[in-house]
Amino acid sequence: MSGGHSTYSPKTGIGRWFDARLPLPRLVHDSFVSYPVPRNLNYAYTFGGILSLMLVVQIVTGIVLAMHYAASTELAFDSVEKIMRDVNSGWLIRYLHANGASMFFIAVYIHIFRGLYYGSYKAPRELLWILGVIIYLLMMATAFMGYVLPWGQMSFWGATVITGFFTAIPLVGEWIQTLLLGGFAVDNPTLNRFFSLHYLLPFMIAGVVVLHVWALHVTGQTNPTGIEVKSKTDTVAFTPYATIKDGFAMIVFLAMFAYFVFYIPNYLGHADNYIPADPLKTPAHIVPEWYFLPFYAILRAITFNIGPIDSKLGGVLAMFGAIAVLFFVPWLDTSKVRSAVYRPWYKLFFWLFLVNAVFLGWLGSRPAEGWYIPAMQVSTLFYFAFFLVVMPILGLIETPRRLPNSITEAVLEKNKGSGTAHPTGATASPETKG
Amino acid sequence: MNSFIKGFAALGIALGAAHAVQAAEYPLVKPVEQDWSFAGPFGTYERSQLQRGLKVYREGCAACHGLERVSFRTLEALGYSEAQVRALAAEYEVEDGPDSSGEMFTRPAIPSDHFPSPFPNAAAAAAANNGAAPPDLSLIAKARAVERGFPTFVFDIFTQYAESGPDYIYSLLTGYQDAPEGYNQQPGTYYNPHFIAGTSLSMPDPISDGQITYDDGAPETQDQYAHDVAAFLMWTAEPHLEARKRMGFNVMIFLVLFGGLVYLTKRKVWGGVDH
Repeated sequence: MSGGHSTYSPKTGIGRWFDARLPLPRLVHDSFVSYPVPRNLNYAYTFGGILSLMLVVQIVTGIVLAMHYAASTELAFDSVEKIMRDVNSGWLIRYLHANGASMFFIAVYIHIFRGLYYGSYKAPRELLWILGVIIYLLMMATAFMGYVLPWGQMSFWGATVITGFFTAIPLVGEWIQTLLLGGFAVDNPTLNRFFSLHYLLPFMIAGVVVLHVWALHVTGQTNPTGIEVKSKTDTVAFTPYATIKDGFAMIVFLAMFAYFVFYIPNYLGHADNYIPADPLKTPAHIVPEWYFLPFYAILRAITFNIGPIDSKLGGVLAMFGAIAVLFFVPWLDTSKVRSAVYRPWYKLFFWLFLVNAVFLGWLGSRPAEGWYIPAMQVSTLFYFAFFLVVMPILGLIETPRRLPNSITEAVLEKNKGSGTAHPTGATASPETKG
Repeated sequence: MNSFIKGFAALGIALGAAHAVQAAEYPLVKPVEQDWSFAGPFGTYERSQLQRGLKVYREGCAACHGLERVSFRTLEALGYSEAQVRALAAEYEVEDGPDSSGEMFTRPAIPSDHFPSPFPNAAAAAAANNGAAPPDLSLIAKARAVERGFPTFVFDIFTQYAESGPDYIYSLLTGYQDAPEGYNQQPGTYYNPHFIAGTSLSMPDPISDGQITYDDGAPETQDQYAHDVAAFLMWTAEPHLEARKRMGFNVMIFLVLFGGLVYLTKRKVWGGVDH
């Protein structure tokens, strides 16, 4: 995958025999052992590995859950409760799966924001970034359909609201909604097709992940300086260096995951989803899972008509636009400097964007009334302005800080500074020690 | 060096915590937080309290509220013997059949049966209760959560607050009071500022002091009844809570030790490399 030369040399006769026929061990060796990674990667770069782990966790727990789950409106809620009560360790598997979805999104958001901070999307990594956005979209679809499966109140009403978006599309909207639902309202056909798709999409994600990793291994990783690898001294071998670092980060992440699963397993869920779905009783407030809340706020920020576009269609367009704009980020950012480390103004706007995104998330959990509405509108405006105005203009007018000539130079420079304070290395503050 | 990681750590808490919430206006009075034996990382159910809670349920709630997800056999977790569970189950009649002549019949329940519901269906339950069907209580302790508000919901992560259900049940059961002056009380509803979805609910004050006889010397007060039944309903909603917390402790210990070893290995591997 890394292209070009391979350092793999099988030592045994069987190894040579295999290599001549199916060089799979060579592929693994070149991709995950000898593959060179920049020596200055910090812990923000470990989330790719964490995400791979979470995908496996979700698929494994999901397959076991599917053995006990019944996709029928009459049985779904009961079957989930049976898993919680009667299936051996069923409570563990279900809580792992439900909280795993949230952990997956925590990891993917850190991964995406890391990409935005260090300019990982810039040439020649545009396709790598776009594949990532596709994975993110598939994750959202998967998570949404998964949330419908327990057939609780929020499952049912969430599905009703979200599929209702499609009716805003002119001419074909109603038809698309009917196709999604398998009827004219959320019912058994909806649940059945959502279950089918919820089982399918993770494997599509796995497929796109392969492309994502392939593209990564063609261009090589970025790093906090944003300077491309220039010589062998800029890199270290994936194994043992990245392997052990990713491994440690995974364990820390798993500890946080376990904390939620074992001590506050329902914290990230909604209490209403422990009430069986009732098509005749609308919950007081229908809210999506936390990871959709920023987009939910953007959806509801559009309360006015824009020419022929009514507020409903406008909201839906804004919500999908908020994700679609990510596809164009490689071309919206006009700066020649990759990393925010050397871009003081971009750095400032990056953090403002992050705070704004969290604020949008909080607004998404609020009802659309009172001062929340103008707040949603201002926040939505800033969300789009960051991509459509700040990114293109900053690149043209900002004066970046002086860039080091190479990764090695940057590393040596940094260690010269901190090295006097901590002669033995990472004793005082390991978390900042990359 | 790494403002990205630091900034993210600070914001991550808020990001992860911005979770779904309920309507802001109700309840008028937030649930009163109680001490529960099952709270915290080492929490366990108190068997005698669960047994009292079961008694309160059977004598105070069961006439209207079902418990249909709970099977009698699981009551052994409350400290009852198999024979006691068998005897308790036999006090209930459940429908079975059809028999060889095609007729449905009733028989005494056995441990593998679930608590029978007091009404044949939701419509019958609503018809008998002024239009408001009493909800099944099996999951009620996880199905009711009053919004905690910012910043409390952030702290809840670190204090492991997961008892909003029992706090709510306790507060509701002890929260009935006379409506304030000028309040427009709808007939068939009862004022309770702790009610999650309004100011009055269709359920009258269900338990009062001395209503249920305890045989273990616990005080026979409404306050005690409310505590006991709330704890019992937490158990019905989360019967594997103890196993979960026990396993969680082992998992955390393992991850901390393993993480420490991997960290030391990482230090050793990276020791000779400036990075």
